[in-house]
Amino acid sequence: MSNVQIITGNSAAAYGAKLAKVQVVSAYPITPSTSVTETIANWVERGELKAEYVRVESEHSVMTVCISASTVGARVFTSTSSHGLLYMHEQLHWAAGSRLPIVMCCINRGVGAPWSIFNDQQDSISQRDTGWIQIYCRDNQEILDSVIQAYRIAEEVYCPIMVCYDGFVLSHTMMPVDIPDADQVCQFLPPYKPHTILCPEDPRNINPVIFPWQRRDAEGVLRDGYMDMRWKLQHALEESRDVIVRTSRDYAELFGREHGGLLWSYRTDDAEVLIAGMGSIATEATTAADLLREQGIRAGVVGVRVYRPFPRAEVREAFRKAPAIVVFEKNISYGYEGALCADIKAALYGTGIDAPVHNFIAGLGGRDVKAGELADAVRSSLTAITAGKREQQTWLNCVTE
Amino acid sequence: MYEVIWHGRGGQGVVIAAQILAEAAYLQGFKGVTSAPTFGPERRGAPLTASTRISDAPIRTFSQIEKADIAVVLDPSLFGVIDIVGSLKPKGWLIVNTLKKADEVDIHGCFNIAAADAAAIAIRFHLLKEGAPMVNTPMLGVLSRATGLVSRESLEKGLKWKLSGGASATNIAALRAAYEEASIRNHA
Amino acid sequence: METKDDNLSAMCKPAVGEAGRTGDWRDATPVIDPTKCIASVKNRPACYLCWLYCPEGIVTAAVPVKIDLDYCKGCGICAEECPSKAITMVMHEEAVK
Repeated sequence: MSNVQIITGNSAAAYGAKLAKVQVVSAYPITPSTSVTETIANWVERGELKAEYVRVESEHSVMTVCISASTVGARVFTSTSSHGLLYMHEQLHWAAGSRLPIVMCCINRGVGAPWSIFNDQQDSISQRDTGWIQIYCRDNQEILDSVIQAYRIAEEVYCPIMVCYDGFVLSHTMMPVDIPDADQVCQFLPPYKPHTILCPEDPRNINPVIFPWQRRDAEGVLRDGYMDMRWKLQHALEESRDVIVRTSRDYAELFGREHGGLLWSYRTDDAEVLIAGMGSIATEATTAADLLREQGIRAGVVGVRVYRPFPRAEVREAFRKAPAIVVFEKNISYGYEGALCADIKAALYGTGIDAPVHNFIAGLGGRDVKAGELADAVRSSLTAITAGKREQQTWLNCVTE
Repeated sequence: MYEVIWHGRGGQGVVIAAQILAEAAYLQGFKGVTSAPTFGPERRGAPLTASTRISDAPIRTFSQIEKADIAVVLDPSLFGVIDIVGSLKPKGWLIVNTLKKADEVDIHGCFNIAAADAAAIAIRFHLLKEGAPMVNTPMLGVLSRATGLVSRESLEKGLKWKLSGGASATNIAALRAAYEEASIRNHA
Repeated sequence: METKDDNLSAMCKPAVGEAGRTGDWRDATPVIDPTKCIASVKNRPACYLCWLYCPEGIVTAAVPVKIDLDYCKGCGICAEECPSKAITMVMHEEAVK
């Protein structure tokens, strides 16, 4: 029996956390993430969700609470945006380094200065190297489903996961979302088993100073040096790809919705140009692809759902036959190019795939991105490619004089 | 795809109206519906818009509406502040909360006009919030009568879905009254 | 000569109406009764708590006190703070009359 409601992305995220039966929630609300934890706080207050809601004085403390609660075996949730996420930065490294399966929604928003409350993905992209798995959602249904999936993935590989979705564009737009049955979610999501059980009878000092070398502890157990532990985190993220794909498939079997694992594609089979993107801009690009096909240009879309771990093999496979690639993204790695574009190019290195790759930086700080504009941009790129231009960075709808 | 843009001011129930229309359309069988406020800060009294998109297929566009099929104006004082008619497609519908009948509305162009005194209807049915008439539900009735896009029955279902028993009854009564009292002027 | 980029970093100048004519956001309008306003009664600069508390900075501390209705959002803080209850908030329509 389906239970469809017309809800915002923030509501969808809150439902995801509720269905995952999170036990500790901490937040320092910030636009546009506010209503996620506002909704959860309401449920906790009314007794609809049996969780501890911890109010703190900053996002840095939010993540500290999440780390502590996750360490002692609680399933934890939080959400934030922009400067809130950046303020957590140091603790994000601690969460990943402690191998804690924390799930956090990042409701993507631009970063100051100057102030912007509006959407782009600079916030989460700038946290790329903290050791968190990053999932980018294309609609509100995927937000809800991804939060639930994230707990299963995180608790299997012991890595924290950031479920990212575009602020306002998804967080404040209502659309039909099928809310899964709570018992079925329980069946999908086994209880969280922490990697270390803490108890007074067997005390631990968590995260002491680690030396550059391996050493034997007092009981004669060989303990890793710092670098060995870093490799394990890297290895865990690399290995998590299979878990993410399997989790997505298992979820589809139970709930009938498959969001694509690491990557999804739209009308790519016969495409003469492939558009790549993450999040809602990739959704908008599917409409652009339809427009382009009406105009006689065979366009398809490759949506990168999981950005870290980067789907190297899947990207290679998706672009294997692409005559041209156009990457749209809402972030910029200053002094170089869009982060996604750089990563796609790197993945193609040495594979013999020799398609021109054009990069569009779009929608920074909430600048509206219309499907028609994406279609126009793709057409202009194809013209430039025909004229021999293999690489190009363009700022869409931006004053660049 | 049908695109509806709602013009009002912060606190007038603009966003809720956009949302109820989306829900009613979904209940009527449209597979794709979205509703969204103008993205940004929420400020009481400031001019704002909200939007509803309605389609047979799931919606894959989230950008701001450029030209709407239907523009609903909850607050007629906005005509002097923002270009409402400019946001309307040719042959679209301009739906206005006003004391005037549609024939008397002094706005002309290639679009249809529907009008109702939604404030009076709201006051009659005690739809008041902090002393101000909530004109959003009556305007849904006018929209239904004028465009037929979403039926009155579906809107009533939407209101029942959204609101508690007592509130839904008065809102439905106001919706019906506005549906009956709406005046319409088709474009030449 | 080197040209200076006015937009190198974001800034704005303190100016009347930087955020538009916010007076049309208003439901209730502050109306001052000069027979109660301390500055008017004493006919010299006095009190000015309305000027001090106005979050919009649109009260002029003069004799008589002036409120710039082009930008007053009608929050009612001046009426709340006025020690002599000289300011009343009247609904929009009545104020127009």
